[in-house]
Amino acid sequence: MNLVKLTAVEQLEGLRSGAFTSVELTQAHLDRIASVDGVVHAFLHVNASGALATAAEVDRKRAAGETLPALAGLPIAVKDNLTTIDEPTTAGSKILEGWVPPYDSTVVSKLRAEMMPILGKTNLDEFAMGSTTQFSAYGPTSNPWSLDRIPGGSGGGSAAAVGAYMAPLAIGSDTGGSIRYPAAMTGTVGTKPTYGAVSRYGLIALGSSLDQIGPVARNVQDAALLHDVIAGHDERDSTSLPEDLGSMVAAASNGSLAGVKVGVIKELSGSGFQAGISARFQESLELLKAAGAEIVEVSCPSFQYAIAAYYLILPAEASSNLAKFDSVRFGMRVTPEGNPTIERVMAATREAGFGPEVKRRIILGTYALSSGYYDDYYGSAQKVRTLIQRDFDAAFAKADVLVSPTAPTTAFKLGEKIEDPLAMYLNDIATIPANLAGIPGLSLPNGLADEDGLPSSIQLLAPARADQRLYSVGAVLEKAHENVWGKRMIDFAPEVKAGA
Amino acid sequence: MSEITPEVVRHLAGLARIDVTDAEVDRFTEQLGLIVDSAATLKAAVAGDVPATSHPIPMKNVYREDVVLESLSQEAALSGSADSESGRFRVAAILDEE
Amino acid sequence: MAKAELMNYEQALEKFEVVIGLEVHVELNTKTKMFCGCRNDFGDEPNTNVCPVCLGLPGALPVVNKRAVESAIKIGLAIGCDIAPNGRFARKNYFYPDLAKNFQTSQFDEPIAFEGGVEVEVPSGQVYKIDIERAHMEEDAGKLTHVGGNTGRIQGAEFSLVDYNRAGVPLIEIVTKPVYGAGAEAPELAAAYVRYIREVVKALDVSEARMERGNVRCDANVSLRLHGAEKLGTRTETKNVNSLRSIERAVRYEIQRQAHILANGGTIIQETRHWHEDKGTTSAGRPKSDADDYRYFPEPDLVPVAPSKELIEELRASLPEDPATRRKRLQEAWGFSDLEFRDVVNAGLMDPIEETVAAGASPQAARKWWSGEIARQANADGKDVSELNVTAAQVAELAALVEAGKINDRIGREVLAAVMNGEGNPGEIVSAKGLEVVSDDGALMAAIDEALAKQPDVLEKIREGKVQAAGAVIGAVMQAMKGQADAGRVRELIIERAAQ
Ligand SMILES: [Mg+2]
Ligand SMILES: [Zn+2]
Repeated sequence: MNLVKLTAVEQLEGLRSGAFTSVELTQAHLDRIASVDGVVHAFLHVNASGALATAAEVDRKRAAGETLPALAGLPIAVKDNLTTIDEPTTAGSKILEGWVPPYDSTVVSKLRAEMMPILGKTNLDEFAMGSTTQFSAYGPTSNPWSLDRIPGGSGGGSAAAVGAYMAPLAIGSDTGGSIRYPAAMTGTVGTKPTYGAVSRYGLIALGSSLDQIGPVARNVQDAALLHDVIAGHDERDSTSLPEDLGSMVAAASNGSLAGVKVGVIKELSGSGFQAGISARFQESLELLKAAGAEIVEVSCPSFQYAIAAYYLILPAEASSNLAKFDSVRFGMRVTPEGNPTIERVMAATREAGFGPEVKRRIILGTYALSSGYYDDYYGSAQKVRTLIQRDFDAAFAKADVLVSPTAPTTAFKLGEKIEDPLAMYLNDIATIPANLAGIPGLSLPNGLADEDGLPSSIQLLAPARADQRLYSVGAVLEKAHENVWGKRMIDFAPEVKAGA
Repeated sequence: MSEITPEVVRHLAGLARIDVTDAEVDRFTEQLGLIVDSAATLKAAVAGDVPATSHPIPMKNVYREDVVLESLSQEAALSGSADSESGRFRVAAILDEE
Repeated sequence: MAKAELMNYEQALEKFEVVIGLEVHVELNTKTKMFCGCRNDFGDEPNTNVCPVCLGLPGALPVVNKRAVESAIKIGLAIGCDIAPNGRFARKNYFYPDLAKNFQTSQFDEPIAFEGGVEVEVPSGQVYKIDIERAHMEEDAGKLTHVGGNTGRIQGAEFSLVDYNRAGVPLIEIVTKPVYGAGAEAPELAAAYVRYIREVVKALDVSEARMERGNVRCDANVSLRLHGAEKLGTRTETKNVNSLRSIERAVRYEIQRQAHILANGGTIIQETRHWHEDKGTTSAGRPKSDADDYRYFPEPDLVPVAPSKELIEELRASLPEDPATRRKRLQEAWGFSDLEFRDVVNAGLMDPIEETVAAGASPQAARKWWSGEIARQANADGKDVSELNVTAAQVAELAALVEAGKINDRIGREVLAAVMNGEGNPGEIVSAKGLEVVSDDGALMAAIDEALAKQPDVLEKIREGKVQAAGAVIGAVMQAMKGQADAGRVRELIIERAAQ
């Protein structure tokens, strides 16, 4: 039995039934990493001894008949922008090379409390700024479906780790699509929960009002398992929601589409979307209808401003969030020749430590917040946010969930668009509105595009706090697809050629 | 015409405490110009009485009781620093007047 | 730097109208910091009251201290402000190594308290109304120590050391509107205002309010304009003014300095100036420039502070009496004349006298010691009485010793000097030095007889009714007893002897 090919649910069953131990399961994933990550490069750091120690502890407790948390012994990978006390945390940046934080992020604390062996930290665009993982200071991650293509970003490492069977589950973070877009590129499932549903404490901030941590998995039920572990109120995050949004596992198990209205967002279909993606999207709509859903069209006219607004709000917040990287308390320090002042040390460190996309966005954000420009740029962008929320409110008055393709195209070649930020920013055209409005979204693979045979995905969106709807609708649609295909989406993926 | 000139980029880089090379200034001037131009449409889009949204999920009055929590040890606090001395972070001299 | 030329003070006032504005920072006495649970105690070992939040480590998030908000509301109410029903925190972005995040979390366009006013009395008895523009919440910065170069100054230092124990300590910044019409009394008014604010926050028990420890700090804005001119002159902001005396001196100095420049056709540069206590001068700091583009924007990691009407009214009901009422009450209780009481207030002696009376001394005795020896010493040292090494309890102990006849006034002054010299409590000093008055009549009589033997005609004179002749003998006896005798008792004994 190849343990790594099992779903998370199946792996948990195996652990519980005693078919295999957590040490065996964890070692199987470490072996898989050793065999394929040389070409995929999903991990920035692998913590084999830490993961195996946790696994051994789970096995010992299980043997002793002790009660264990639900996901105990199930390995997981964590995006490298969440702090971990026992592993370096770099956020994909040279400026943090080798930094071992003196504290754990809340989500990592929850994984530890759940006794999940943490395999390691996954690659990302530097500070999560990007949609391809090419802007990682430690080199790009490859798409397991086609090694010369992007895995999406910024969380390309988490998506590729799960997609290439190096981990059954992974943690991602989504500021403008960084969980959903890589999920779409790698044929995996990824969820951005409602803003505030998962604590951001210990997540290295990019755009504080947009960032949200969420699960990455190979199917809806697996994603739900992880979602339930990481969600919940945290006193250390002032924006953390006080209320319990219910069990995602339960929602995924009891899915039914009878009487459910599914809204198709007019502005996120048709022109600008690759033909193969549009075709798969139409098929998904047919399956939803067949399963009892009513399909309605909704219009969100303000979405045309979403990217422009996002690329003011995000850089503005990032320019301030990234000011702390100044060489004083942690991280890289570059001391120029001569007898430099601290000002010169800071400027030289930030020049050497930040990559071009980070500098570009910091400078843009500094501009958007400057006196004299604030009202026109940052101020206007925050107002556009209100318009987008109003569009969503109107759309959710007509529909229970909204749908669109997750991404306009399938995975493109590494190196493409890299010097054209505007073209690159279009990758997130369908995912950004949810971040601006704070609502939850889930990306579900819906087949392969005819023209290139690469994964295509559908995005489900629900009103704020209605995260459960994503899982109930997602589970039904996933089942419908599998019925048509006769296999799981991930089973279409070619075997990663380790020697490539 | 874009408002972004090389001088503006240099000024912004200074505010953001980032040394930039001439080549970077040229590249950022062009790229930021394009982004800023595309952002110019926003102003018209929100003409009229539209309130700003800075928190996507409105909340208020989130507080912590005034109760002491555990701090880091001095060793842990200094663990990430490039240079420290007698329990303090050491930095190069500061250019300023008294 | 050449010493600035000054215009004669009276001449300056003849020519110009003085406009002042005051920014007072009050450090709150909460147990913990503004945004984290670290102890609010910055005198401890460096960097021991720090955590990821106040160290500005990547991923950390702030949570507002509830008691700090309540203290801010109390201060706002006590200085007659309205309380904002919905206020926010903002980020003030600038790079400085004592600022852990390289932004200060403060309030910008939505302060918690605004539009207030207080009435302040100056030494002449004149009362001025000072309008308050706002009071807002913010956090303190860490502490920099400059090493090398000349005596810990920033200029010429080789390097600097940073301790973040103070970083994140809650501050309330109280800003006045421009104050007009104080004329020659502007410097006294500035000091009287800060004293008033100190009294308010002490009475509210929201701050230790010790200026020498930096609990209350004042920045003084001064500008001049020709009498009758409408346009305000360019102002300077003098920082580091950390005693009431210095505030008065600094404002006076700026008036004379600016008057000289303006009268000679020069222009005032809008700049920060630093006060030098030792030289009694100010020197130019950073000119206001682009560097002051703080790029304020609403802090996305915090949610609005929206105190309910009920909370505001509850806090209003809990306010102690205002300083004017308190002054009236104390004057009556102590039975001081108007003149006596005004001197006490202007010398800043109300609090110590109140404490001394509470510790058991009579009001007159407390006033005598504080406004006599102690105030003299403070004046000589150029300090506030609170900075001297003497407590209310010690003064009360001293007064009790005098009251009980254990020592006389002259010895009392000697004991007080020893107390201020750090030699211990009055009782200890009296016993250690054997200063207790000789109350053994036998010993006194022996000394009297010895003195009378040298002045045999004295007894005769007394018998003839010339009682004042005893003076010469009293003097000799006191000398013989090294002053440790009760002169009254000596006099009685001499008269007794004459009657024999
Ligand atoms: Mg301030
Ligand atoms: Zn702290």
